[in-house]
Amino acid sequence: MNQFQYLRPTKQQAAIEALARTPNAQFIAGGTNLLDLMKRGVLEPPRLIDINRLPLGKIERDNGRLRIGALALNGAVAEDKQVLERQPLLAQALNAGASAQLRNMATVGGNMLQRTRCSYFYDTAMPCNKREPGSGCGALEGYNRMHAIFGFSDKCIAVHPSDMSVALVALDATVLISGPKGDRRLPFADLHRLPGDTPQKDTNLEPGELITAVEIPDGPFTKNVHYLKVRERASYAFALVSVAAALSLDGNTIKDARLAMGGVAHKPWRLAEAEKSLIGKPATEATFRQAADIAMQGAKAFKHNSYKLRMAPNSIIQALKNAASVA
Amino acid sequence: MKDQQLQDKVVGDRMNRVDGRLKVTGAAKYSAEYELPGLVHGALVGSTIAKGRITSLDTKAAERAPGVLAVITHLNSPKVPGFAAKSNPDEPPAIGQPLRVFHDEKVYFNDQPIALVVANTLEQARYAARLVKAQYAADEHRTDFEANKQRGFLPTQAKRNPKSAQNDYDRGQKNGYQTAPVKLEAEYVHTSEMHNPMELQSIIAHWEAPDRLTVYDKVQAVKGTQRAFAKDWGLPEENVKVIATFVGGAFGNGLHNWPHETAAIIAAKKLNRPVKLVLTREQMFTMVGYRPYTWQRIGMGATKDGKLVGITHESVGQTSSYEEFTESTLQQTRMMYTSPNVSTRYRILGLDISTPIWMRGPGEATGAFALESAMDEMAHLLNLDPMEFRLRNYTDVDPDNNKPWSTKFLKECYQLGAERIGWNKRQMKPGSLRDGDWFVGYGMGVGTFGANRGTAKARAVLQADGTVVLQSATTDIGPGTGTVMVQIAADALGMPPEKIRFELGNSTFPTAPSQGGSATVNTVGSAVLEACTALKGKLQQLGGAAFASAKPEDLTLAGGQLSLASNAGTKVSLADLRKQNNGQDIDVTVEAKPGNERQKYSMYSFSVHFAEVRVHAMTGEVRVSKMVSCADAGTIVNHKTAGSQMIGGAVGGIGMALTEGAVMDHRFGRYVTKDLADYHVPVHADAPAIEVAFVDKPDFIVDPLGTKGIGEIAIIGVAPAIANAIFNATGKRIRELPITPDKLMA
Repeated sequence: MNQFQYLRPTKQQAAIEALARTPNAQFIAGGTNLLDLMKRGVLEPPRLIDINRLPLGKIERDNGRLRIGALALNGAVAEDKQVLERQPLLAQALNAGASAQLRNMATVGGNMLQRTRCSYFYDTAMPCNKREPGSGCGALEGYNRMHAIFGFSDKCIAVHPSDMSVALVALDATVLISGPKGDRRLPFADLHRLPGDTPQKDTNLEPGELITAVEIPDGPFTKNVHYLKVRERASYAFALVSVAAALSLDGNTIKDARLAMGGVAHKPWRLAEAEKSLIGKPATEATFRQAADIAMQGAKAFKHNSYKLRMAPNSIIQALKNAASVA
Repeated sequence: MKDQQLQDKVVGDRMNRVDGRLKVTGAAKYSAEYELPGLVHGALVGSTIAKGRITSLDTKAAERAPGVLAVITHLNSPKVPGFAAKSNPDEPPAIGQPLRVFHDEKVYFNDQPIALVVANTLEQARYAARLVKAQYAADEHRTDFEANKQRGFLPTQAKRNPKSAQNDYDRGQKNGYQTAPVKLEAEYVHTSEMHNPMELQSIIAHWEAPDRLTVYDKVQAVKGTQRAFAKDWGLPEENVKVIATFVGGAFGNGLHNWPHETAAIIAAKKLNRPVKLVLTREQMFTMVGYRPYTWQRIGMGATKDGKLVGITHESVGQTSSYEEFTESTLQQTRMMYTSPNVSTRYRILGLDISTPIWMRGPGEATGAFALESAMDEMAHLLNLDPMEFRLRNYTDVDPDNNKPWSTKFLKECYQLGAERIGWNKRQMKPGSLRDGDWFVGYGMGVGTFGANRGTAKARAVLQADGTVVLQSATTDIGPGTGTVMVQIAADALGMPPEKIRFELGNSTFPTAPSQGGSATVNTVGSAVLEACTALKGKLQQLGGAAFASAKPEDLTLAGGQLSLASNAGTKVSLADLRKQNNGQDIDVTVEAKPGNERQKYSMYSFSVHFAEVRVHAMTGEVRVSKMVSCADAGTIVNHKTAGSQMIGGAVGGIGMALTEGAVMDHRFGRYVTKDLADYHVPVHADAPAIEVAFVDKPDFIVDPLGTKGIGEIAIIGVAPAIANAIFNATGKRIRELPITPDKLMA
């Protein structure tokens, strides 16, 4: 990797200023993705600002919301009592990701900002508009088994790889951001963006902005939840398709529902219409199947990922069945 | 199980590894871990085209980068004298020209080493390697196997040698299967599997004098490597020293010498400093071989009552454009089952991809996927239990040459395995068993591999402190070679194992072959046995009249003296024996070689693998929930290490069956799966409870220890067992490995 300057500020403002001063500087927390990207030459930041000394690791409940600091470790969040009690879907999603070693290094902020795992993005000898705008999308006509079926453009068909993000988008989370222009709040659903003509931009963060925390409002989804991750080995693999499903049941009737998919789009893919179709209906396979049909409207596959057109709806049905404990 | 009569023997014990403590504490030194004064670090730059010429190389930025000492390319590389030769006879499997690194401007595959940056630190070298810029004149490349498979050709070695097993073969009627009342024809594809042992390929090259080279190199053959580099550099063999004391897994990729090794030697020559070169994980996918992409077609015919009428087995295996790599994909089809008609056709296909190399099992594992899948398919057509179908075609002589087997206890393996997996739970009708959301199925696959024995030397030295040191230039890539050699010596000498040390992985030791082909215990173990017998003979001589008529097994070495087990009163001290030996260590070296037994017998190890799998009804995910592997491998010298070897083979087979497959983007002729995130080897959670059972009956025809070999049969037959179990679970027959969920969703 390139030589870089390494700073380790203790004050949030200093960190933000340090980033703003140097073009292409990067924050580093757990480094579980950034180091890989640097070793492969995908990113060559001249300055790394290590934010691990900032006091952003707390998990606390306040005013009907669970606030998780950006530096809370994935492993710690997944085991946190309040998370398990209030937002078990998030714990399940976190535990589905990576390996125990990585979860013990990776932070919540870093997890949501991890880059796509598209092979073309990682290989500097291949075309990739995300890495090198204008060079073309290698995956479009290439090997696209892992790629998007929703929301892609002809510039990029990569998918967002995080499991945690799929749960957060389903749970109506909000991202807390601090930047050169002050603090702001952004709905988690608006953090990630679709590729459009500028796939080099993964998120709607402004230059110099730092994610400080994520907040999840208390909700009724404490029991009937399931995070289903489909992959070809039992652990330590990115999702072919994943589904975050949360139900609020009154007897067998669905009072409220949350549904999102991973591994299908450039951002965690909330399924709002499918959610609506579930409300007021009995928690049966027929209901779930209808929701899955709605969820899949507009899906389009490429040469190697047409299996997702079957795997995705099946996974939605399965996740909802598991959430509702329907045999 | 250990024979009652052998209770006082060490062979058969579950002895712990003699180097286990060194390995788990990090004290064991691997190739890249030697610290030499003045050592510097190398990083390779790979080509970004698959075929063509380098037209220009801009190395200025790299040369100016901090810490960089040299950038070596074909433009400034010292000439390797041996590169003038047309081919390298030390590479018997690969007719052609092994890649001559930095020899000229030609590019034969994507990520071919085109430059080596040497710097003071690894980080400096790797960073500067990114700054080297090449311009190319690209030629149209051919990397797509499927699009080119009709171009497969008979290997040159078969054309030159009519007796080569790679030649076309017809027993009985050509394509006789076509005359059978029940027929099947099917094609099977094995996608390239990449070598990814835990230890990355690494070398430290050190010219101790202008004509004396020492390499600390991750190889499976220290003597073969010594010969190859001596030849490359025009040196007497003894001027080249190869050290591979510990090897962190190799599985076959250390059986060839690769361009990076010579690159490091060139750099060490040019800089006159020791150079360390460790490949990156990504380079493991392009520079050190792989199990080749192989297409196979089987035609099989049987009578309605389940007797095979004929098998035709064709295969085309991938190789590079510059070397002919071949392997034994079809041999088992000729000898496993009684079938009056067998035809085999072996072809290879040269592509603009680096040369493959054996990967555990090697071609036999690929071949078994097709043969054992087809056996399962035929059993299904016949509505027969697949084990019963195999038993109806069991053969007590080798149908390939009508020789008797030296030993064959495959029926015993079937019985042992069927009981342990619970074969009686298997339903004839696919898709009949369910456990919640998961379909459950059972499958089996048979493996066989030649019980080979080569020639090896071993040295045994009785030292003044009463301990014995044994030496042989074999390697230990993980099976526990040092441990079993100590066990063999302990029994042969009548000494406790703690008093014996076995040294390997050094080319100055007595010659032994590479560790490969499941033959190390048969070959080197026999040499150790003979060396110990010779040492005892010498002691007997030195002991004088009191010992002259004793039988070797009556002699024991303990407590600093030689005595008779039958009469402890007859003894002589070690000090006295040494005095008789002019005060020297008592030192013998022997060479042990097989006799003519191969002319009379057909010798094979056998295995059978049983798998219980679960396939998710909605998502197509496959989990192996139980495996049982049973082997007829002759005497089991150490049930613990042998059991581990079998378990390792089963896990490798799970990867072959379910997760491992390298994918290339043929527009660029470049792999898109080239790290362990994209290329999936099984993780712990993918390995279920794996039970191992050995028949443990000696085969004294193969060698005097009765061993037959384990390494390959541990994996051969695993992939079809899993594929067959998936069929039994779902009714879906997937003939292309790996069987990933997308294929089951199709």
